[in-house]
Amino acid sequence: MPVLFLAVLLVGVQLAATASGRAYYLTQLIMAAYYSIVVLGLCLVMGYCGQVSMGHGAFFAIGGYTSAILTTTNIAAARDSAWGHALQKAGILFSWQDPYGSQVLAVSPGAAFAAALLLTLVVALLIGYPALRLKGHYLAMATLGFGLIVYRLLLGSSFTGAADGINGVPGWALTSHLTLTSSNTYRVGNYYFAWGVTLVILTLLLNLVHSRVGRALRSIHDGELAANAMGINTAGFKLQAFVISALLAAAAGSFFTHYTGGIGPSEAGAMKSVRYLVLVAAGGMGNLWGGLIVSAILTFLSLRGCFGTYDHAVFGVILIAIISLAPEGPLKPIGLWIRGAFRALIPSRRSCHGAV
Amino acid sequence: MSQLLQYIFSGITFGSIYAVVAIGFNVIYSTTGILNFAQGEFVMLGGMTAVTFSRFMPLPLAIVAAVLVVALCACVLEILLFRRLRSHTVLHLIIITIGLSIVIQEAALHIWDEKVCSLPYFTGNECSSLKIFGAAISPQVLWVLGTVGIAVALLYAFLKYTLTGRAMRACSSNPDAAMLAGINIANMRTLAFGLSGALGALAGCVVSPISMTQYDMGAGLAIKGFAAAILGGLGNPLAAVAGGLLVGLVEAFSVMSGLPSAYKDAAAFTILLAVLFVRPHGLFGVKGAESVREC
Amino acid sequence: MVLFEAENIRQCFGGLVALDKVTFEVRTGQIKAIIGPNGAGKTTLFNIISGIFRPDEGCLRFDGAPIDGLKPYQVARLGISRTFQNLSLFLRMTVLENVMIGRHCRTRKGMIASALRLPGQWKEEKAIRQNALAHLSELGLADVADRPASSLSFGQRRMVELARALATEPRLLLLDEPASGLNTKETDDLARRIQKIRDTGVTILLVEHDMSLVMDISDDILVLHYGTPIAEGPPSRVRNDPEVVKVYLGGEDVNA
Repeated sequence: MPVLFLAVLLVGVQLAATASGRAYYLTQLIMAAYYSIVVLGLCLVMGYCGQVSMGHGAFFAIGGYTSAILTTTNIAAARDSAWGHALQKAGILFSWQDPYGSQVLAVSPGAAFAAALLLTLVVALLIGYPALRLKGHYLAMATLGFGLIVYRLLLGSSFTGAADGINGVPGWALTSHLTLTSSNTYRVGNYYFAWGVTLVILTLLLNLVHSRVGRALRSIHDGELAANAMGINTAGFKLQAFVISALLAAAAGSFFTHYTGGIGPSEAGAMKSVRYLVLVAAGGMGNLWGGLIVSAILTFLSLRGCFGTYDHAVFGVILIAIISLAPEGPLKPIGLWIRGAFRALIPSRRSCHGAV
Repeated sequence: MSQLLQYIFSGITFGSIYAVVAIGFNVIYSTTGILNFAQGEFVMLGGMTAVTFSRFMPLPLAIVAAVLVVALCACVLEILLFRRLRSHTVLHLIIITIGLSIVIQEAALHIWDEKVCSLPYFTGNECSSLKIFGAAISPQVLWVLGTVGIAVALLYAFLKYTLTGRAMRACSSNPDAAMLAGINIANMRTLAFGLSGALGALAGCVVSPISMTQYDMGAGLAIKGFAAAILGGLGNPLAAVAGGLLVGLVEAFSVMSGLPSAYKDAAAFTILLAVLFVRPHGLFGVKGAESVREC
Repeated sequence: MVLFEAENIRQCFGGLVALDKVTFEVRTGQIKAIIGPNGAGKTTLFNIISGIFRPDEGCLRFDGAPIDGLKPYQVARLGISRTFQNLSLFLRMTVLENVMIGRHCRTRKGMIASALRLPGQWKEEKAIRQNALAHLSELGLADVADRPASSLSFGQRRMVELARALATEPRLLLLDEPASGLNTKETDDLARRIQKIRDTGVTILLVEHDMSLVMDISDDILVLHYGTPIAEGPPSRVRNDPEVVKVYLGGEDVNA
């Protein structure tokens, strides 16, 4: 099974990185994993349903900021109030020591995560329901507008840290051995967690697209009217796909924030959102594997600074190139080209079975 | 009262810029069916190029040169990118304009840095002001309103009364018939891009002294311009002007009513969403004429 | 027994009256045809019945229950299925997948069961596949099941669309010009096919221009002209109705 193969590869990468003293590569790979989760979700919406969304950075940010704000807001002063007691009883508070040494009483990361998902669910439904009834470019504009609203709100509110975002987010101790935090002692554990989650999500999504649901989604893309006439509630499915992708993005944002210890408003910006779009397109619109691999590689390179100051421009150029030359994604033409080159180099007596 | 007037003028001023962006959207959309996400970048490029030119040319010449250069770039872009791509769906073409807007923005960043720059005031300086009905207005505002007004009127006359203009309108309503009538569709598309580029650049020059020009101002303008175009009803250039002014006024009033200016942009984006969700054919569009919704 | 009735349907597009005072009924087990010159509103009527438009006036009843205002997917779930005049296959999917889509409204497993590959979902998926293959075999298309739908000829695509509609287990099947583009022999095969479908218990409502087909297999015919009914009845009666002859048939069989 290809997923197992990928898992083995990931283990190999980790061992190689640690052994060669380049363990810091793992940090970027962890971040790349979380970004790739967003891409996988977006693949479902864009590749399968054919709906262009340019606001998924906003969902990532909503997830991350909710976790960040809830776990860093010190409510020690309200400890003895009525709702302070209630929260304590509900077991969702925890106490930690911030870098300056003071004790902070805040919402526990687990509860904050749940809150982040809940908030995202509500927002995705509110935005998705009207937006998904719009046609292609109107939907793109609407989601872009949504993303920019979130960005402006985050950038402009002191409550969310304005331009500096939120820092000093505490680690999330998932088990006694695994804490989501940027401290190097936990780096390897974080690596396996991040990629483990990614692989699980990949598997679930692969199952989904190869099922009756996946067929329904693809039929919506190919002919929404006919799909409706065949008994498929297209509006409902589009909304479900949209909400799922939003929840995935938010979860990724939350994990990401705990890992890196902070989040900034640029995560909701148009540049990031468009970048997800580029990665989905470059992976081959409906191709989950393609999306994951392209996303992992390009994000890693970008985070390592390989594109220098041309970082955004590179993604813009890639987008133009892909859509102009191979709108269904480059992997098929590349695959065909490779096969053609192979055949040209190695004469074979097998006849063409018209498989191309 | 004069406070109110002040805000109204501010709203109209920026609204007219949004109106120009909206008209630019409309011109390209009507002729080619493409929603040009890079529309805002034309405005930015106009201002930036004019600033550079003004360093070694008198101001009026710099502006004319900038407008021509941007119009030319727009034409070149259309020829390079869109002429070849007939088999692509409109959605693909729109995504390409998204990529284009990013690339132009980044190119601008590399050429001009993140510095904020601006053209000098056309008449007077930042301190001069005229008293109109009790409100203190910078003379530049009159330049903006005047230039935009004249440009829109000229465009309207061009589309309605000249042969080329009518050819462009023919392309938008029925490309096949237009082709059969001997109209060169490809050239019309290029012309549409060139016109939009020129209009955007002109707006960018004329508003530069007031609002400054910066490499990343394009995206916000595009969204607001699109909001204006949709508000007026896509496909209707005159309604776009009304839409633009409305968006500008709403923005101004939102600041006036106490909304922190950091959220000012969010107000315009919210209008966009509201229009799209509630009345996608805009205020003046005809329902069903533009199928915005799916079944 | 009346399966479907339309009462006083009126539909306008802008200033154009597409349908007016359209009233008719379809009895269970019937093959009913709707004929009329082009522009008579036949496809509009189909679009209204399948829920794509809501009629400006009038009501529709399926099995006694009103269905006007229902969305297309709800209409399909009730048991009304259709084919399209200009064909509406999912071209990027394979032939088999197209027919499997037809099973969607008769199957249940949702997102969670599918994502987790629960055993129930596994079984249901196999059943869907077998059912779809059976429908394809019925129509002689089993050997092209795994080819992309876009690679098929027009006539084959026509059959796939029919298979897809049948896979939804409809009680009322709407066929929109099924014979257009077919030659005499193919039309004949189609006629037998439609009768076989009717014999399995499906009621058929078809729109058609080919008079030989219509006269051959219909139990009842409704004639529309400029959106209004001008005759209704069995073929023998309609064929000789002077109004119909004047407007549409022009004497003997035009499509002989």
